[in-house]
Amino acid sequence: MAYNIDEIRSFFPVLRKEVYNKPLIYFDSAASSQKPVQVLMKEEELHNDHYGNIHRGAHFMADKATLEFEDVREKLRAFINAASRKEIIFTKGTTESINLVASSFCERFVSAGDEIIVSEMEHHANIVPWQLAASRKGAKIVKLPFNDLGILEIEKLPGLISEKTKLIAVAHVSNVLGTINPVKEIIELAHQNNIAVLVDGAQASPHIKIDVQELDADFYVFSAHKMYGPNGVGVLYGKEKWLEEMPPYQGGGEMISEVSFEGTTFNELPYKFEAGTPHISGVIAFGAALDLINEIGLENLAAWEHSLLEYATQRLKEIEGLKIYGEAPEKSGVISFNIDGIHSYDLGMLLDKMGVALRTGHLCADTVMAHYGIQGCVRISFGMYNTKEEIDAFMVALNKVLMMF
Amino acid sequence: MLLCYIKKLRHLHLKLMWISMTIEEVQQEIIGEFSMFEDWMDKYSYLIELGNDLGELDAKDKNDQNLIKGCQSRVWLVAEMEDGKIDFRGESDAVIVKGLVALLLRVASGRTPEELLENELHFIDDIGLKQHLSPTRSNGLLAMVKQIRLYAVAYSKIAG
Repeated sequence: MAYNIDEIRSFFPVLRKEVYNKPLIYFDSAASSQKPVQVLMKEEELHNDHYGNIHRGAHFMADKATLEFEDVREKLRAFINAASRKEIIFTKGTTESINLVASSFCERFVSAGDEIIVSEMEHHANIVPWQLAASRKGAKIVKLPFNDLGILEIEKLPGLISEKTKLIAVAHVSNVLGTINPVKEIIELAHQNNIAVLVDGAQASPHIKIDVQELDADFYVFSAHKMYGPNGVGVLYGKEKWLEEMPPYQGGGEMISEVSFEGTTFNELPYKFEAGTPHISGVIAFGAALDLINEIGLENLAAWEHSLLEYATQRLKEIEGLKIYGEAPEKSGVISFNIDGIHSYDLGMLLDKMGVALRTGHLCADTVMAHYGIQGCVRISFGMYNTKEEIDAFMVALNKVLMMF
Repeated sequence: MLLCYIKKLRHLHLKLMWISMTIEEVQQEIIGEFSMFEDWMDKYSYLIELGNDLGELDAKDKNDQNLIKGCQSRVWLVAEMEDGKIDFRGESDAVIVKGLVALLLRVASGRTPEELLENELHFIDDIGLKQHLSPTRSNGLLAMVKQIRLYAVAYSKIAG
């Protein structure tokens, strides 16, 4: 199928914007993607037509909103091929999804002296919650390193695993290096040793077809706002057997069955982990983003974005003194780099003036920065709406900026 | 050409500044220099030049105590009291930020604590670079401006 880039771009009104009198080149979708009209209209339609609190009211509005909300849960189940809708928990983002697992899983299954293996290329959101949980339980964090190409040294994993290891936390795709990690292999090895695995799919879910049953992941987490959906909505997929045994994360409305001062019984899955009124409009609008991704086809998106990644990598290599961080053969979505003698913040600041939106700094991944001995870097990342012409325009801007130093 | 001319002017003024100009006068002078630039590229080229011209701090001064850490860039600020005036020295690892540091030092270094406390540092806003002092930029500059003021408060108490 031909990839209709003009039609896709037309879905995103913001792409017609100018910044500093220059056409916007949005190369920061890995931080947060732009929203298509389908998502914006869905949210508006809800508020104009049938908004009400879900799962509670016995009125037309609440019923219709509830149906739509639960319909998105089913869409997500199908999107990642989960076995049951009970395994799809709505959160406010990937970070909260990880915190939920770190808190509830560790509460039930981790004791003093146990170990949690965390890869060296994780976003802070997939390190700090484990450190907090480990310090509460007297457990230890063990590092799974990566090599200078940005590839996890999984040959070292068997040596790191012991009978004390309770969980492995790893990104499906690194937010700095773009490496697609061999999570299936990691999960297989972990399961041979009765270890659970949490996969941070925040950077993978917009680009890669996910099948949690095929991966056999215990937990898989991601955010709507990197998938053209609203911000404030995240997903936690967890295997039913774990979720059943884990204690609730937060208490409140919706997650209970009966409450008395003598004690409370909890609601069944998935509601047990969804205390309080969720981001109703966000979840419902996320459904429209999923529809759009399904309509275009994730494999078509992946192929388009991969061609952008290859083209941009090749163009960037024309620049003398440019070093790319992350040169794994299996890569997706992002390119991080530095140019000899130029600070990433200076580059980002000047490129911003040229209308290019990109990310600079430590990218919430201090351990990756430390690996390369750098303070920060520049990252460009692509979404379904980016084009080779934008990469060309970006290269013109970059070369112009480099002349200034 | 223009850059060269401004640079010469600046060096000349720098020599005279210590004896003759008030904080407000130096700020107005900087505003005047920046008003000559027609587009942002010239403005930033000038900042890069100022950044490159600002010497480096001694390695011993680039310690954690003098570090103002932003998540985008780092700024170091050293203050020493001499003859009733605070001598500031500073540096940043990002050259544009370093250029802004140079401007701040030009305005604030060699002043008495009272002078610093009586005057607002408004020129960054006036030369259209206010965005670099935004809390969200996290480049250490906003913290540097606050730190200059804190040193002035501290030294005024010691002197008083």
